[in-house]
Amino acid sequence: MIAAHLPALQIAVPLIAAPICLLLRRENLSWAWATFISWVVFALAWVMLEKTLTGGAFNYELGGWEAPYGIEYRVDALNAFILLIVAAIGAVVMPYARASVAREIPEHKRGLFYTAYLLCLTGLLGITITGDAFNVFVFLEISSLSSYALIALGRDPKALTAAFQYLIMGTIGATFILIGIGLMYQMTGTLNMADLAKRLPAVEDTRPVLAAFAFFIVGVCLKLALFPLHLWLPNAYAYAPSVVTAFLAATATKVSIYVLYRFVFTIFGQSFSFDVIPLESILLVLSLAGIFAASIVAIFQTNVKRLLAYSSVAQIGYIMLGVALVSVAGLTASILHIFNHAIMKGALFLCMGAVYYQIGSVKIEDMNGIGKKMPFTMFAFVIAGLGLIGVPLTVGFISKWYLITAVLEKGWWPVAVLILLSSLLAVIYIWRVVEAAYFKAGDSDDVVVKEAPVSMLIPIYVLTGASVYFGIETSLPLGTAAEAAKQLMGIGG
Amino acid sequence: MAWLGHFNYWIFVFLMMAGFYTVIARGNLIKKIVGLNIFQTSVFLLYITMGKVSGGTAPIVPEGGSEGVVYSNPIPHVLILTAIVVGVATTALGLALIVRIHEAYDTIEEDEIQDIEENANTLENSGGQAS
Amino acid sequence: MRHHLVLRVVAKLLIPLIMLFALYVQFHGDYGPGGGFQAGVIFGAAFILYALIFGLDNAQKVVPSGYLMALVSAGLLLYAGVGFAAMFKGGNFLDYGVLAGDFIAGQHLGILLVELGVGITVCAVMIVIFFAFAGRGNGDEEDDDIATSPDLSPDSSPNSAREV
Repeated sequence: MIAAHLPALQIAVPLIAAPICLLLRRENLSWAWATFISWVVFALAWVMLEKTLTGGAFNYELGGWEAPYGIEYRVDALNAFILLIVAAIGAVVMPYARASVAREIPEHKRGLFYTAYLLCLTGLLGITITGDAFNVFVFLEISSLSSYALIALGRDPKALTAAFQYLIMGTIGATFILIGIGLMYQMTGTLNMADLAKRLPAVEDTRPVLAAFAFFIVGVCLKLALFPLHLWLPNAYAYAPSVVTAFLAATATKVSIYVLYRFVFTIFGQSFSFDVIPLESILLVLSLAGIFAASIVAIFQTNVKRLLAYSSVAQIGYIMLGVALVSVAGLTASILHIFNHAIMKGALFLCMGAVYYQIGSVKIEDMNGIGKKMPFTMFAFVIAGLGLIGVPLTVGFISKWYLITAVLEKGWWPVAVLILLSSLLAVIYIWRVVEAAYFKAGDSDDVVVKEAPVSMLIPIYVLTGASVYFGIETSLPLGTAAEAAKQLMGIGG
Repeated sequence: MAWLGHFNYWIFVFLMMAGFYTVIARGNLIKKIVGLNIFQTSVFLLYITMGKVSGGTAPIVPEGGSEGVVYSNPIPHVLILTAIVVGVATTALGLALIVRIHEAYDTIEEDEIQDIEENANTLENSGGQAS
Repeated sequence: MRHHLVLRVVAKLLIPLIMLFALYVQFHGDYGPGGGFQAGVIFGAAFILYALIFGLDNAQKVVPSGYLMALVSAGLLLYAGVGFAAMFKGGNFLDYGVLAGDFIAGQHLGILLVELGVGITVCAVMIVIFFAFAGRGNGDEEDDDIATSPDLSPDSSPNSAREV
């Protein structure tokens, strides 16, 4: 029976878990419950990915209402893969959360923290799984509202202003998406994605559809923090609690990128998105500008979490560059990098969380000599950092390799050169942290800094290990990404 | 004067721009939230407008059967009810953040908050780059 | 507030009517205009009016914050519970048709329960939001941005002396 209801369970389980978590009222119980649910969600996502890879896409009609009229959940290779990423990061981050949350969040708010986390997880999974355009907006707001609250829980008062800024920009973005969906509904009379895709070509020359596309793209680019619409991201990631940063950095923007794929390729169709409107040249320029601007700004940061946040903006640039290529190879690289970047950035932010746990700061000058005091944490940081640069045998190399191959396939060799150059910038900003950690003498040893607790190290090493493992054994992410890219481009599948 | 026939859309555009401008141009955080509300409300109007069918009544089956009765489309109303609830939640959360910001910074003017944050930055890492 | 006789009398008259109207909107929602969202907000407005006229502390004696949070959860649990019940009875998630003997009765039962859940949650959330804002700055919640701690005793608030 369960097998038939997988898509509904994927959303309903974390959704019903959130109020139960609120009722538990005990910090440890809430944590155990949230962790348990994260693992259940991960198992569900895993089974669904297996199912799509063997049996193809499948649908679930909520409430038993037929597809164009009722809300439909649709799972194919692409969103099953994204679901797996979100659920896996949640499952890895939660065991880590206990120690980190105990250090960073006041006691009476911890139960609420786990409730908000479960709601955020529900929202992110919901955006990914739904086959209904308006449902995307609803889940987007569920995840956004809970992430504003999660970010505001950071200890620094700047977390409040960061959360407020994110709230303003996020709401503008979501409202733009709402306008876009509204105009599409006005022209087609349907909200079902598959139905929209069928009906839009008939009216694609009308101005409301053009306006819908414009509103939608701007809105979703705000949510996914494409340069220059990324202004909310650095502060939000820098001042949020460590667990929240690791979770959101690895999932929230990725899910928004999925929404972009879905609307641009599946709903509007590539002939409209790239022939009628030159989206690819806009994305190409903005992603390249984003890669360089954000990487350069990252070099000058003194707060490592902020540095990594700017690096995220740059990495989003790589992902969008893959979209701008409008080819199966480009999309494969793009989807692959979503997976790889989630692993690497998750690991890096978790390392910073461990550092914050022990020394109460993530500023570079406070991290002098930390490599000796926290050898395991910083070793993981170096490995994941190498991935960010794109050194062979790490996941970062795999995604850059496929991205450059795809760029060369188009014959855009200057772009390939720029990608290689931008990797050098990553070397510089990662090196700044490594230099402080290993090659600068620490302060006098009056404060004893120890290694982070094992409950934090294990999640760190799971992600770091994954960043090496999937850098060597690439069949799972690569196969799924290639399959998803083919489906998006409308070839096979 | 065909364009006058679409006056709801003109109101939508006006409200949207007025709200958007308020969000961008005002430094007071409360005014930003007010602007955001106007901005969201304009979208509600857009949805309600598209649900109207000329000559249509409320979509309730009248006594004596529904033969030949034209109804307005209720779906946009339902959708926008959801969006209104989202708007309420956003406003509440935004105002809650403003209360906390006021307690932390003693001001809700954006430029003053920025000054305080920058001073804090320069004090913390004297000379350090803080963009 | 002791002197605002007119306000107090009018509020006492109005509050039961507001609640009654909320219940009408709630339970007539599957035949006419109405439903859980609207009813919840109207019902919550009755409590907010009470709190405005008779003071926050008195209102919190009527509905303690701890119970409110339980209500917020309860509404959502009822909603999701109906979904799961439908699933166990062999339908899809939230498929009301299988809940009762025949399809129509099942749809009625399902939408009634789901809207009740929505109503409870919306009502409780509205009151929680109001209490959280109104209770802020009373001096006893240094770090309590959401009115969640059940031990937030009304007597510790300096305002309590002011009320009747």
